[in-house]
Amino acid sequence: MASLLGVLFDGLAYGMLLFLMSVGLSVTLGLMNFVNLAHGAFAMLGGYVCVVLMQRWGVPFLGALLLAFFASAVAGVVLERLLYRHFYRRSHLDQVLLTIGLVFVAIAIATWLFGSQQQPLRLPPILSGQWTLVGVDLNVYRCFLLAVGAVLAFALTVVLERTRFGAAVRASVDDARVAEALGIRVSLVFQLTFAVGCGLAGLGGALGIEVLGLDPTFPLKYIVYFLLVVAVGGTGSLKGPLLAALLLGVADVAGKYYLPQVGAFILYAIMVLLLIARPQGLVARA
Amino acid sequence: MNAVLRTEALSKRYGDFQALDGISLALPRGARHALIGPNGAGKTTLINALTGTVRPSAGEVYLGDERVTALRPEHRVRRGLARTFQINNLFPELTVLESVLLAACQRTGAALDAWRALEARRTEIESARAILRLLKLEGAEATRTRDLAYGEQRLLEIALALACRPRILLLDEPAAGVPRRESVALFEAIAGLPGDLTVLFIEHDMDLVFRFARRITVLVAGTVLTEGTPQEIATDARVKQVYLGRAA
Amino acid sequence: MRSTFRWLEVAFWLVLVAGYVLWPGKLPLASQVLIAGLFALSYDLVLGYAGILSLGHAAYFGVGAYTAGLLAAHGWGEPISGLMVAGLVAALVGFVTSPLVVRGTDLTRLMITTGLGLLLFELANRLGTITGGVDGLQGVEMQPLLGALRFDIYGRTAYGYVLVVVFVLFLAARRLVRSPYGLSLRGIRANPGRMRAIGCRVDLHLAAIYTFAAAYAGVAGALLTQTTQFVGLDVLSFGRSAELLVMLIVGGAGLLYGGFIGAAVFMIAHHVLSSLDPVYWQFWLGVCLIAIVLVGRDGILGAGRRLLTLRRRRPVTVTAS
Repeated sequence: MASLLGVLFDGLAYGMLLFLMSVGLSVTLGLMNFVNLAHGAFAMLGGYVCVVLMQRWGVPFLGALLLAFFASAVAGVVLERLLYRHFYRRSHLDQVLLTIGLVFVAIAIATWLFGSQQQPLRLPPILSGQWTLVGVDLNVYRCFLLAVGAVLAFALTVVLERTRFGAAVRASVDDARVAEALGIRVSLVFQLTFAVGCGLAGLGGALGIEVLGLDPTFPLKYIVYFLLVVAVGGTGSLKGPLLAALLLGVADVAGKYYLPQVGAFILYAIMVLLLIARPQGLVARA
Repeated sequence: MNAVLRTEALSKRYGDFQALDGISLALPRGARHALIGPNGAGKTTLINALTGTVRPSAGEVYLGDERVTALRPEHRVRRGLARTFQINNLFPELTVLESVLLAACQRTGAALDAWRALEARRTEIESARAILRLLKLEGAEATRTRDLAYGEQRLLEIALALACRPRILLLDEPAAGVPRRESVALFEAIAGLPGDLTVLFIEHDMDLVFRFARRITVLVAGTVLTEGTPQEIATDARVKQVYLGRAA
Repeated sequence: MRSTFRWLEVAFWLVLVAGYVLWPGKLPLASQVLIAGLFALSYDLVLGYAGILSLGHAAYFGVGAYTAGLLAAHGWGEPISGLMVAGLVAALVGFVTSPLVVRGTDLTRLMITTGLGLLLFELANRLGTITGGVDGLQGVEMQPLLGALRFDIYGRTAYGYVLVVVFVLFLAARRLVRSPYGLSLRGIRANPGRMRAIGCRVDLHLAAIYTFAAAYAGVAGALLTQTTQFVGLDVLSFGRSAELLVMLIVGGAGLLYGGFIGAAVFMIAHHVLSSLDPVYWQFWLGVCLIAIVLVGRDGILGAGRRLLTLRRRRPVTVTAS
């Protein structure tokens, strides 16, 4: 019983990370129908920014997290203006080629700057250690992850459903042409969404060092997970990716805990089966 | 009743919008039938529902005695129902002959032959050329579709449909965007099609409609307002109101 | 009129035959290039001709590689029959998976193929007792070709064997793309909706080419196993599928020869650059990809054609009757 709760807890924390890292991808995919396989590179960037700030400049963890968010968001805007925007109307094949190219370049640069080894991260003492709650050991850092994820998911929902900007995003996802005709500047909406999405990926990358590790192959290694979240969760909403990410997190942790010899096999099988059953994602748009 | 194409209370709903509402239509063999009505009346939706690209919310479609409501578009084509599109929907990189050949090969089953060269398909090539001659496109057979004049592309739309050797031909505004003088020629080409072919066409130009249709159905807001001969339609007060009301 | 070989094509294959004299010390590398070229040809049929965006084509390469490897490791070391069985097994896997792939949009295809590729990779990884897992499959021993020609350490037999198999399969693919079926594929790639409106069973056509291409990929994988007498897990890796895409795009998709040109450029560049520093290699690979999509992705062959001011596609030449 205790182990079941422990697995559930770890899985949910892991799922929150996946959600933070892929929510930007799923919203921008719904918005511009743009296949961004380089999304993981923004997460990796956030991770390295966090490590460098903490190790070389002694920036505290929380401050480093915040700066990781901004660094990735800025990188996202720059790349969007420089490269991505020329590709919204191009074929999916072109988008795949461009973003795979970016992934290779990102991996090479990260290797050149930091070497191919895993990056260490020293958590502040307040976030390390265990709590014991009714007989279940709770890792403090994972509690922190869950809390951050929940707060951000809530904040994103509020922004998306209660603000003018959120309404503009939703209208643009529904039908970009109609939104444009209603006076919404879809390209600006997209830039902002893209920046926030990249920023969240960067934040996720920084938060995830402790759980997922950080090395130059990160964008390639986890792109599959991001695609999984998007594929299962559907594009353009928040509920879908959140549900999908939590589900995948729990399934992955449970699979590795209870059936270590089968490992990732179950996850991929679930993905393929889900895609066959619900090609539009778990929470299909009307 | 020996209609070759028939619908029974065909309806299509998009959310709150009733695009088609209980359309019942019957076309006898050899019909030259026009479908008219103001924009948004559901004319193209009706054609889409007939060909199967739109799944109706209710009602049935029959080809002869066979109910085809659940059949996919390609299988309806194989049963003799071909169509053209309002906006050119062609193969820009293929030549005119290749395009028509492509359609002919689907019909004969040659399309699944992966071994013999295209050039060896004498029968299909001959039937494709016959269609091009019928539409006076034979001079352009080696031209790539994207290099064709617009009016010729409209003709190629019809050629592709004819290569399916249909019993029923649905033409969605065949002369859309074509200058007046050419559109008459285009409709003369349509009038010259074999007499046993059933033709249903959408057209906005009333002169052309009255000249080439033998029967007319008027569609308004997804329902059939009335149906009759050109004479009956021309004198129908409700039709006048629909059109004059729109013009006023 | 039969379509005839043009002199450039003849020259292409003659140079490969002359490889025995031109690059005698590099025959093993040349064999690898040819195998990669065949694999890219298979991918060209799927992507370049049928327009199916896949990132999991290594699945069929790997199935062929493991089939040939397992046969040889368990005593069936006769190469030609092993090759055929490998091709058939890969075709079977392609056929079974094709319904999942051919329906849907680019994005779902991308994810399904990626998922299937990863699934097979994990399967091979987990079935370590059969496949050797991460250590690779050991004990692959090939019998002499046609009962007489031993696979020598200089790769002479292997090169000839690969060249003949690749040439035969190439000829069949060449016939296919010039047949009515090939024309249908071009039509489907350009405008699937219109193909349905002229009565084409699009899914059936796509499933057929997918299965056919899977067989080719399987044969390519089997050739790799038989000529190197080893199977590593990387035959199924995502990286192999991604590299395949790069090779085909570099060479030029939809032109039959693009895969071979791309494979040669890719593997020689890899050979040279990664001996300097593997980081260089990845960096320049990425930059090349970005540059290719920015300037237009016709690939080397496409650019060559434009230089020669040849038309991109020859219209069907039908003799007057």
